[in-house]
Amino acid sequence: MRSQEARSSSSCAACKFMKRRCTPHCLFAPYFRADEPNKFAKVHKVFGASNVTKILNEVPEPQRQDAVNSLVFEAEERLKDPVYGCIGAIASLQDKMFQLQHDLAVAKARLARCSSRASYASCSTTSPLMMLDGEFGLTSFDDFMVVDQGGLTTDFRQHPFP
Amino acid sequence: MSSTRCAVCKYFRRRCPSDCVFAPCFPPDNPQRFTCVHRIYGASNIGKMLEELPMHLRVDAVDSLYYEAKWRIQEPVYGCVGIISSLHRQIHIAQTQLAKARAETAFLRANVVAAKTMPSSGEFMAQQNSIDNGLDDQSNPWFY
Repeated sequence: MRSQEARSSSSCAACKFMKRRCTPHCLFAPYFRADEPNKFAKVHKVFGASNVTKILNEVPEPQRQDAVNSLVFEAEERLKDPVYGCIGAIASLQDKMFQLQHDLAVAKARLARCSSRASYASCSTTSPLMMLDGEFGLTSFDDFMVVDQGGLTTDFRQHPFP
Repeated sequence: MSSTRCAVCKYFRRRCPSDCVFAPCFPPDNPQRFTCVHRIYGASNIGKMLEELPMHLRVDAVDSLYYEAKWRIQEPVYGCVGIISSLHRQIHIAQTQLAKARAETAFLRANVVAAKTMPSSGEFMAQQNSIDNGLDDQSNPWFY
């Protein structure tokens, strides 16, 4: 009597692709579902089934899903860019990072200049009498306290960003 | 048999033909390059990939395959994709910091402009003193 397994209609995508019997202990079945045939096709084209088997066997079971996801990503990148693959993506991200670091350095330098200008501006528009603690609420130039015409103070030390 | 077999043909102990697709990319003095790539991709997959590429790009392709294979061997779960994730995180942090610095700068500039357009403190004090002392208050009998 032929085993139920041979007639199983729930072959994983890998076994369907390789036209073989999908056993209950199939290594690929948990990660390559039958409704995602392209996923295995990409990985097979770049790495080959036997190499994927070796890689998955080296990885503990709880981490195999992550390993498969990263293999699929690498295969997709390699198929998109056959020369540079993921390395091209890394180079592009590094360029973006260098540009951001440069922009951040410029923005921080501007912020430092604005901070000193803001301190100077609050000093030049402030009578020495307003430096007295308590009367108008100003205690130091570093506090970024602003006095409005009603004499109320607003504390802008609470930055909007965490 | 050629006395200058490429690393691939040496590995497989076979003759290295003059038109060997691997020879330009896998010199015999660097056997580790091939063993690394072979372990992850397999020689036949490498051969197919190289045959689909123009000659002048094959060495670059093998270089990138070699780096990816090395990372995969060192980090079997994530390979070089771990580096991509890490870069995405760093970029996100840098973008947040940049937005914050620019927002703070814009705020301070607005503050400086507002402080400059407000009446000077001397005038403000004079107004306060005059009101307090009733100098402008016509109902105050002092005027009369």
